[in-house]
Amino acid sequence: MGQGEAPMDAPSVAQELNGAGLRGVKLSCRNVWKLFGANADRKFDAADLTNLTAAELGARGQMAAVRDVTIDVREGEIFVLMGLSGSGKSTLLRCLSRLIEPSAGAVMFEGQNLLDANPAQLIDIRRHKMGMVFQHFALLPHLTVIDNVAFPLSLQKVGKSERQRRAREVLELVGLKGKELSFPRQLSGGQQQRVGIARSLAANPELWFLDEPFSALDPLIRREMQAELQRLQSVLKKTIVFVTHDFDEAIRLADRIAIMKDGAVVQLGTPEDLVLNPATDYVAEFTGDVDRAKVVSAARIMRPRSGGAVAGEVNARDKIVDIAPRVIGAGQAFVVRDGSRVVGEITPQSVLDILLERGTRR
Amino acid sequence: MSTDAATAPLERRSPWPLIWLGFLVAVVAIWLLRDPLIWLVKYPDKLEINLAKWIGIAAKWLVAHIQFLTRGLAAVLDMPLDTAIAVLAKGILAPNDAVIVPRVSWLGVIGAMTLTGYAYGGLRTAATVFLCFTYIAFFGQWNGAMLTLASVIVCVPIAVALGLGFGILAFRHPRLATWVVQPSLDLMQTMPSFAYLVPVLLLFGSGPVPALVATVIFASPPMVRATVLALRSVPEEVMDFGKMAGCSPQQKTWRIMIPSSRALLMVGVNQVIMMTLNMVIIASMIGAGGLGYDVLLALRQGDIGRGAVAGLAIVAIAISLDRISQAAAEHQARPFKSGDTFAHRHPYLIAGIGWLAVTTLISLFVPEFSDVPKSLTLTLGDSLNEIVKWININFFDLIEAIRTWLLLNVMNPVKQGLLMAPWIAILGGLVLAGYQLGGRRLALLVALLVAFILIAGQWEKAMISVYLCAISAVIAALIGIPIGAWASRSDWGNRVATIAVDTLQTLPTFVYLIPVVMLFRVGDVTAMIAIVSFAVTPAIRYTAHGLRNVSPQVVEAARAMGSTPRQILWRVQVPLALPEIMLGINQVILLSLSMLVITALVGTRDLGQEVYIALTKADPGRGIVAGLCVAFLGIVLDRLAAAGAKRARERLGLLDINAQH
Ligand SMILES: Nc1ncnc2c1ncn2[C@@H]1O[C@H](COP(=O)(O)OP(=O)(O)O)[C@@H](O)[C@H]1O
Ligand SMILES: [Mg+2]
Repeated sequence: MGQGEAPMDAPSVAQELNGAGLRGVKLSCRNVWKLFGANADRKFDAADLTNLTAAELGARGQMAAVRDVTIDVREGEIFVLMGLSGSGKSTLLRCLSRLIEPSAGAVMFEGQNLLDANPAQLIDIRRHKMGMVFQHFALLPHLTVIDNVAFPLSLQKVGKSERQRRAREVLELVGLKGKELSFPRQLSGGQQQRVGIARSLAANPELWFLDEPFSALDPLIRREMQAELQRLQSVLKKTIVFVTHDFDEAIRLADRIAIMKDGAVVQLGTPEDLVLNPATDYVAEFTGDVDRAKVVSAARIMRPRSGGAVAGEVNARDKIVDIAPRVIGAGQAFVVRDGSRVVGEITPQSVLDILLERGTRR
Repeated sequence: MSTDAATAPLERRSPWPLIWLGFLVAVVAIWLLRDPLIWLVKYPDKLEINLAKWIGIAAKWLVAHIQFLTRGLAAVLDMPLDTAIAVLAKGILAPNDAVIVPRVSWLGVIGAMTLTGYAYGGLRTAATVFLCFTYIAFFGQWNGAMLTLASVIVCVPIAVALGLGFGILAFRHPRLATWVVQPSLDLMQTMPSFAYLVPVLLLFGSGPVPALVATVIFASPPMVRATVLALRSVPEEVMDFGKMAGCSPQQKTWRIMIPSSRALLMVGVNQVIMMTLNMVIIASMIGAGGLGYDVLLALRQGDIGRGAVAGLAIVAIAISLDRISQAAAEHQARPFKSGDTFAHRHPYLIAGIGWLAVTTLISLFVPEFSDVPKSLTLTLGDSLNEIVKWININFFDLIEAIRTWLLLNVMNPVKQGLLMAPWIAILGGLVLAGYQLGGRRLALLVALLVAFILIAGQWEKAMISVYLCAISAVIAALIGIPIGAWASRSDWGNRVATIAVDTLQTLPTFVYLIPVVMLFRVGDVTAMIAIVSFAVTPAIRYTAHGLRNVSPQVVEAARAMGSTPRQILWRVQVPLALPEIMLGINQVILLSLSMLVITALVGTRDLGQEVYIALTKADPGRGIVAGLCVAFLGIVLDRLAAAGAKRARERLGLLDINAQH
C-alpha cells in the first residue's frame, strides 16, 4: 500500500495542526552518504553513488552505512531516527553533527553548509549551538557531577562562579539537586543519564542530539526518563534529533519519525502516518503491534462537516483512545474543533473502526 | 603478504611432517659430509663484516659533532639531580663542609613516606612502607638509599613525561606507531640494559647524570606502551562528547583523554618506577652512587653479606614505591565541598610537609635527628657472611656435587651440541619454523635477524647465550608450570602464588644473583640458577591464569561425563589453557635473555660478557653489535613463540586473549 492513499484530506490538516508547516527548518541534510571500507575518507559525488547497489559497493570493498538520506528537521520538533541495530542511525547522527565526514551530500544547519565550516567555526557552533546525549552516558569519571555538567562551559572559559551557578541550575532542572558533589560511579544508571542530559543543556544549545539515551536503562526507569524528556521539552522547546531502536519510544516522543533500514530512510512521517499507512512490509512489522487508538488523533479520521446533528465537541489533537467512550457512548457524531475553528466531525463508526483495527490496516 | 602456510585448512593433510623429515635428512647429510662442506658447518670468517669497527667509527664521529648538545643536556639534568641529592642526602654545604642547609631528617622521611602510604592505600600500605624504611634506617643503608631515592625522584617524572609524549604522538599518528614507535619499543625492550650504557657512556662520560640518562632511556618504553593503550581505551562516546562539547585538540588530549584513562596511565607509572629501580645497580657501573654502587662494590670485593644488605635496601625501596604507586592508581579522590580550605582538601600533604619541616628543624640541634644514631644501627652483613661460610663448610661436598653433576650431564652436552651444530642447520630450522608458524613474512624476518648475528661474527657467543637461555627456560618452565597448576586448584593456592609472584617481580634483576653467588660461586651453573629464579614467574602466573580461565561449563560437562580430576586437568584444562601457557613460556624466554646479560658479571662467555667487556673498555661498536645480537635473538624467539601460541589459539577456537600478539 502506498504512502499517498490516506483517506480524505486529513493528513494535510493534521500536519498543519502539528504546526510543522509553519516552522522554519533548523537542520537538514541532502543526499547524504557515508561509506565505510576502502577509500572511506574520500569525498564522492552523490550522483555517482545513487545507482550503485549494496552488492556493487561490496565489490569495491565498501559498505554504505548511510545511503542517500535527505531529511529536514524543523525548529522545535522532536525528530526521531528509528531502526534496528546496525541500520545506520548513529552514523547518520554523526554525519549530522559532523562527528564524521559524510562521503557525499550536504548538511545544512541554519542555512549554512556545516561541511564547509572550518575547524574553528565548527568548535564554535558545537560549543554554543549543539548538545549531545550518549547511550552510555560518556561522563568523565574523574569529575564530580557538578564539574561534569560545568565542563562544556569551562572549555569556553566561562568564569568559575558563573559556570557553577549555571550547572546548579540545570542540575535542578533534571532533578539532581543534592547530588552535585557525587562522582558518576556513585549514581544509578538513570541518574547518570540525567547528568548527561544536564551537561548537554549547560551551554543552552538550540539543537539537541540524543543517541539512544535511554536504551541502557531498565524499562521502568526508561518510561520515567521519557516522561522527563517530554516535560523538559515542553519547557525548553529545543530542536531535537532523537535516535532509538524502540518503536514504542519513537511513537511516544516523536513529532515525526524517519524509519531507517540498511542505511536508507524507508519512510518519514508522523507517528499517525506510519501507523495508518506503513509504506513497506518492513515498516508494517513495527507498526503492527501498536495500539492505534493511542496514536491516531481526531483530526486524522474526521470528515467534513455534514451539517447533521452532533452530540458534542472534541479537540482535533485528542487521541481516539481518550474520546472513544464519549463518542461511542453518545452514538452520534461529534464536532472537531481546532482552537476556535470547527474543522470537521467524527462519527462513532470511524472511532470503532480504529478501536477494532479495521479498514485502514494494510 | 601471504600467510597461506598459516591459514591452510586443517582438514587437508599437513605437508609439514614430510618437510621436517626432509630437513632432518639434509642436516644429517651435511653432518656426514662435514669435511668437504665445512663452510656449511662453521661460518667462514671471510664472510664476516667487522660491524663493530664501523659502528665504532661512526659513533666517534657522532660524539665529536653532538657533544655540545649532550653537554648542554647534562648541564640541564644536573640541576634537578643536584637539588634532589641536596634535599635528601647531602644538604647544602659551605666550602669548608659546614652545613648551610641540612638534609631532611631521616625521621621526617620515614614519617612522610608512611603518611603517603596511608593517604593512598590505608593502614596496610602504611605499615609496609614503614617497615621497609625502618629496615633501611636501622641496617645502615640510609645514606645510600637517599642517593638512590634522589635519582629515582628525578628520573621517574622525566621518563613518564617522555613516555607520555611519545605515547600521545604514536596515538595521534597510527602510521608512525606501526612503522617507527612499535618496532623501536620492541627493540628497546629486548635490548639488554647494559647495551644502553655504552653509547651513553660515550656521549655523556660517566657520573650520576649519564647514569640518569641511561635509566631514563631504559625506563620510558613501558610508559609509551601504557599511554597508547590507555588512550585507546577511552570509549568512543567519550571522544565524541569531547568533540561535541567543542574541545580543541589540545583540550581533548589533556582534559578528556588523559584524565579519564588515569588508572591505566598509573599502571605505566608503576612500571617506570620498577624499571628505574631495576636499573639502579646497572647504572652504578657508569657512575650512579647510592645503593647500586654499594652492591656492586661489595660484590666486587667478595663481601657478599654487605652486598645482600644493600640489595635488600633496594628491594625495600622497590616494594614501598610499588605499593604506593599501585594504591595511587586505584585511589579515588574525595569530592571537595565548596567552602573547603586548602588544608581541608589536602590534610595528608600538609601533615607530611609539616612533619618533615619540624623534624628537620630539630635536626639542627639534635644530631640524632639528622643521622641515624650509630648505636641503633644493626649489622647484618657479617652474620650473613658467617652463615654462608658455615653452609659452604658443611655443605661444600653436596653443593659441589650438584654443580658438577649439572655441568657434566646437562649443561656441557647441550653447549657442545649447539657449538658443533652446522650454522646452516640452525638458520634453516628457525626459518622453516617461522614459515610454518607465521608465513613468509615471519620467515623473512627470522632469516634477516639470524643472518645479522652470523655476519657480525657473533655466532659462537650467540650459541652460548642460546644454550644458557634455553636450559634455563626449560627448567623454569618445568618448575613454574606445575606450581601454576597447583596454584590454580584452589583459591588459597592462587592467593599464595599471586603474592609470591608479585613480590618476586618487584625485585631488581641484580638481586637474584646475590644468594646464588653466595652458594655456587661464579660460573655457568650460578648463571643458570639465577636466570631460572628470575624467569620462573611468568610460567607460574600464566599457567595459573590460563587454567583458572578455562570455561567452567566445559569443566562441568567433563565432570558430568564422569572424568576424574586428573583426567579433567590433563584432557580438558591443559589443552584449553595451552595457548596461554605458551605465552607464559614466551615471557620466560624473554626474561631469561634479559637476565642473561646480567649474569655476565658472574663469568659466562656469551653475548652478555661481550657487552660487559665493551662497557669496561668503552667500545661502543662492540657493545652495540653484541647488544643488537641479544635483542635479535629475543625478537626471533618471541615472534616464533607468539605465532605458535596464536596458531594454537585459532585451532582451539579461543578468543584472542592478547591482542598485541
Ligand atoms: N567506523 C566504522 N567502520 C566500519 N563500519 C562501521 C563503522 N561504524 C559503523 N559501521 C557500520 O555501519 C553500520 C551502521 O552502524 P550504526 O550507525 O552504528 O548503526 P545503528 O546506530 O543504527 O545501530 C553497521 O553495519 C556498522 O557495522
Ligand atoms: Mg547506534
